[in-house]
Amino acid sequence: MLDKVKKLIEFYEEVLSMPHRQEVARELRDEDDLFLLLLYSEMIGIPNPVYYYTLELYPYMIEKFHDWHLRMGMEKSPLTGIRCC
Amino acid sequence: MSGILIALIGMAVFALGYRYYSKFIAEKIFRLDPNYVTPAHKYKDGVDFVPTNKFVLWGHHFSSIAGAAPILGPAIALYWGWLPALLWVVLGTVFAAGVHDFGTLVLSVRNKGQSVGTLAHRLVGQRAKILFLFIILILVLMVNAVFAWVVANLFISYPSSVLPVFIQIPLAVWIGYVVYKGKTKMLIPSLLALAVMYGVAIIASRVEFLQIDIVQYFGGEGAAGIFGLGAVSSAFFIWIIILMIYVYIASTLPVWKLLQPRDFINSHQLVLGLVILYIGLFLTNPQMTAPVTNSGADTPWLPLLFITIACGAISGFHGLVSSGTSAKQLNNETEARFVGYAGAVGEGILALLSIIAVGTFFATQSDFFATYGSFVDANEAGLGVFIEGASVLAGGLAIPPDIATTLVSIMVISFAATSLDTSVRLMRYIIGELGIEYKVPTLNKKHVATSIAVGTSAALVLLPEGPQGFGSGGYLLWPLFGTSNQLLAAISLMLIAVWLKRLGRNYIAVIIPMIFVMAMTLWAMFQQVIFEWSWFGTESNTLLFILGSIIFVFAIWIILTAVQVMTGKYDKPLDSDH
Repeated sequence: MLDKVKKLIEFYEEVLSMPHRQEVARELRDEDDLFLLLLYSEMIGIPNPVYYYTLELYPYMIEKFHDWHLRMGMEKSPLTGIRCC
Repeated sequence: MSGILIALIGMAVFALGYRYYSKFIAEKIFRLDPNYVTPAHKYKDGVDFVPTNKFVLWGHHFSSIAGAAPILGPAIALYWGWLPALLWVVLGTVFAAGVHDFGTLVLSVRNKGQSVGTLAHRLVGQRAKILFLFIILILVLMVNAVFAWVVANLFISYPSSVLPVFIQIPLAVWIGYVVYKGKTKMLIPSLLALAVMYGVAIIASRVEFLQIDIVQYFGGEGAAGIFGLGAVSSAFFIWIIILMIYVYIASTLPVWKLLQPRDFINSHQLVLGLVILYIGLFLTNPQMTAPVTNSGADTPWLPLLFITIACGAISGFHGLVSSGTSAKQLNNETEARFVGYAGAVGEGILALLSIIAVGTFFATQSDFFATYGSFVDANEAGLGVFIEGASVLAGGLAIPPDIATTLVSIMVISFAATSLDTSVRLMRYIIGELGIEYKVPTLNKKHVATSIAVGTSAALVLLPEGPQGFGSGGYLLWPLFGTSNQLLAAISLMLIAVWLKRLGRNYIAVIIPMIFVMAMTLWAMFQQVIFEWSWFGTESNTLLFILGSIIFVFAIWIILTAVQVMTGKYDKPLDSDH
């Protein structure tokens, strides 16, 4: 019985938190997008003095980059600098 | 007839509708495929596209579509007796709303989770998208005006509800902050907030000092107020201004700061309200005192019944929730039946409660006719009677009547206020989108769009004058709200029909409710625009005439588009065609 009540409360909590979790995730993703833009601004023509160092992160962000351009509505990578698909 | 029996009959039909009709639709018409990869899996990103448990998704879907509208519509429509209202709510939910909500969900799932607006563009063309945007614009404008009017009037009628409703704002901001900082889960703080709110409500019901009654501050109903208006009209004006300032702020803040935490508190109110009132119904076993049908009605039920009860029987607004949000989170295509169809059934259950609460409230049938003397009276009194009737049901759980009235009025006000600030936000987005469409980028600026949204809504709620003078005419907009909502539903049904036709499936189950809703809406609008609101009509009113005419033209436009579509003029390839 107690287990069932616990499950019910958990379910209720999940219903409540669903839209909120989504908003927080969206805000974090927007921040991430901005961060990526700062790191790789050179690729779209904005000079970036530390580009040489940020480029070291390149292997770690390939997958994320792929998700990003899909999210922005581009089927293929828009940048010749980053060839992901 | 016993209220319990009506509830049971309604529920039984809903259950049968879900068990058999939705199964038939799912298997034979939509042909749901358990192996289809839904957008939630295909585009999974942890933000918009998240595979979600079907019960959780249903809970969220239901709390997004439920509001004050399924309560207000039936409360007014009881004027024609309880049987017509009951039949339309029950059959409308089973054959129209269920198919519409379920259909838009499936259509969107089969097309990358896109919203009906975008799909209108792809299925029918650019013109349909603009038409769609304009109808949504009119709909949200009506929602703003009608619900601002409702909230202002309830604040005047139930001054003890003012403080608890306003206390919800700082509480919501506090929850938003606490949860955003990740310090705690949201269940406990939101329940605490609800407890504080209801605590304040109980105290305010008993302590007169805490009842914010602007009419009394002016010196009672007969006293003079500001700008040469009476006390009641002045109070109404002041409340509208306060509400408009509030919605301006609420709709420009990030959603997690105010809007969402308010939704959490209101979800509790929805669950608590439904449970308490249905238990109260079974404990008190009230009898229906409203007439079965009203033969002496001054306004014919056909076709007005079908636009008076919009939400609760069929509502275009649901399609926006189904296609924009829920479709992106559906775990498996077969679960669309549960989320979409049962979501509509949930709304039907809310409307059923409204019918019973109003129908059982009066001691005798002559008391009913004393309040519901004419259709105009019914429009003005409907919501108030629901609040009184629902508090009698809550009385079955030994809640004192004055406290029960305050609690029910808070529930209704909270629903109306949430609909209000969500729809002002929606209106802001649509104005922005139209700005982009017509190359006026300034319209896409947050404060410009919000100012236009708030300004036009305030003007619309203040302009119409009812028999009691300034501030009493908001209910005149109700039929316009119903009409724009039904038109939106009709377009969504049309899109589903186009899609089904393209797949070579049988679309009769979709096209029949579409034609029915369309015909009733056109008929009702024609009747009201020409015979009531035009300059030679019985209640000549330029504002309503113009608004009604615009909606009427849109309706004709939709029909022409639908005919063109059905005769195969548009045949663009879609993802779902493959």
